[in-house]
Amino acid sequence: MHPAYSVILFTTASGAGYGLLVMLGIGAAAEWLPADRLFGFVAFAVALGAISFGLVASAFHLGRPERMWRAFSQWRSSWLSREGVIAVATYVPTGIFGIGWVILGTNHSAWSIAGLATAGFAAVTVACTAMIYRSLTTIPQWDNAWVVANYLALSIMTGAVLVNALIELTVLPAEPASGVGSIAIVVAYLIKRLYWRAIDTEKPRSTSGTATGLGRFGTVRQLIAPHTEENYVMREMGYRVARKHAAKLRTMASVAAFVLPMLCLAVQTATIRPWAAIPAGLAAVSALVGVLMERWLFFAEARHVVTLFYGAEKQ
Amino acid sequence: MTTLPAATDKKLGLVIDLDTCVGCHACAVNCKQWNSGGEMAPLTDQDPYGSEPSGVWFNRVHTYEVEAEDGGRTVHFPRSCLHCENAACVTVCPTGASYKRTEDGIVLIDEALCIGCKLCSWACPYGAREYDGHSGTMKKCTLCIDRIYNETLSEDERVPACVSTCPSSARHFGDLGDPTSKVSKLVEERGGYDLMPESNYRPTNKYLPPRPRNAVPRSGAPTELPPAPGSDQPFLGWLDRLLSR
Repeated sequence: MHPAYSVILFTTASGAGYGLLVMLGIGAAAEWLPADRLFGFVAFAVALGAISFGLVASAFHLGRPERMWRAFSQWRSSWLSREGVIAVATYVPTGIFGIGWVILGTNHSAWSIAGLATAGFAAVTVACTAMIYRSLTTIPQWDNAWVVANYLALSIMTGAVLVNALIELTVLPAEPASGVGSIAIVVAYLIKRLYWRAIDTEKPRSTSGTATGLGRFGTVRQLIAPHTEENYVMREMGYRVARKHAAKLRTMASVAAFVLPMLCLAVQTATIRPWAAIPAGLAAVSALVGVLMERWLFFAEARHVVTLFYGAEKQ
Repeated sequence: MTTLPAATDKKLGLVIDLDTCVGCHACAVNCKQWNSGGEMAPLTDQDPYGSEPSGVWFNRVHTYEVEAEDGGRTVHFPRSCLHCENAACVTVCPTGASYKRTEDGIVLIDEALCIGCKLCSWACPYGAREYDGHSGTMKKCTLCIDRIYNETLSEDERVPACVSTCPSSARHFGDLGDPTSKVSKLVEERGGYDLMPESNYRPTNKYLPPRPRNAVPRSGAPTELPPAPGSDQPFLGWLDRLLSR
């Protein structure tokens, strides 16, 4: 599948933003994060900024962005529509939670309920994003049991390293999230590995023989393409990354998304404030770059069954 | 509404005969011509006279070679929207632009509602939907709704443009939901089949397989040219000897 930069940016940025909201919501309810106004302001600005930036980036992917509002109508059948509805709905509890934290300076008791609602809506939005891909049976690498877990784990992981970096940067009188971050990194890494193993060992579902129905006569191969130039279908669905490059890119993405942030968090625990903000910040930057690479691979490694009509043998 | 109808009154669709298709692309060209002025118009072309022309077509004709033990077989294969009963392109649409009609089962796009998110083209296993970068919307085969119900056309012309133009009568149009229709009988007689049946999109359009080949007898017919006349003939033998010196 063609990796559209707008969609890669959208899922990475908004995923991190929603992950940060999950951390803030749970952090307030668990009485781990105090209702510090400066920290609250920065954290909500980063979370809402990343989410809103992501939503705007996704609009650039549309042919008619001015009609974007119509996408809220088909939530009964479409995961894309559900994602839009929940994404917008998430602003409501987030707004209440944010007003309490930043303006009134409280995130306890009743306000923490708004925080938990924020965390819940944020997680559901990320799950809806993942379901858009998961529900496409035309792409075996996306119609995979690990996709939703993968999106949620990476969202929470980036949220955890972000909240950790913000705690250190604002010198918040609270325990930094290096422990939570490390656990999130390990979980996300394991899920990513399981996803990669699943798509590497998946048996082909269709062949050029079943796609054309000509398999009954023997091996089918395309002799003459229907057109001399690439068409939309080939450009959009025909993109693929060579297997040897994919292996290299997986390693690079793993180093940036998991290994380096883990090392940075280890360095951070051995560093005193305010210097601990440096490794904490680097962990967040590296994780985000790694997730961008992972998201690019998620597209580039996905192979659409329509390629069976254009010369692919099995998919 | 992008939920699919539980059942449709008719199942209008095409039956494509891979035995008689000659791969002339007339269906694709006439489709492009008709639809450039019809319901989905215009079917935009980008850089049409340049080095990398690209454009929207509803019909694409592949040619496949099937390698088998008894020799090869060349099959021309027109590919277009199959108007699936289980149309994934419809249910993924976030705006309600894509829909399947209850009255005849035709899958259509309301161009005024489409936001050009392209998700429907990702959901289609058959590559039937092509994005028009000029209008910013998705385009697809309409089964020529502006022909088949068009009372200003004579009755024999009320078939999709691809069917009306096919010089080898490889394309047939009708109600596949009616077991007594001509197309349904054709499917039954010839063993018409679904493309990629394992994916369960339940396409309405059916393909008729190439008929079994007559076995070609290998005995009798000469397989090589007879040897050139040689020295056993008086004049040619003398000429051969003369020229061989």
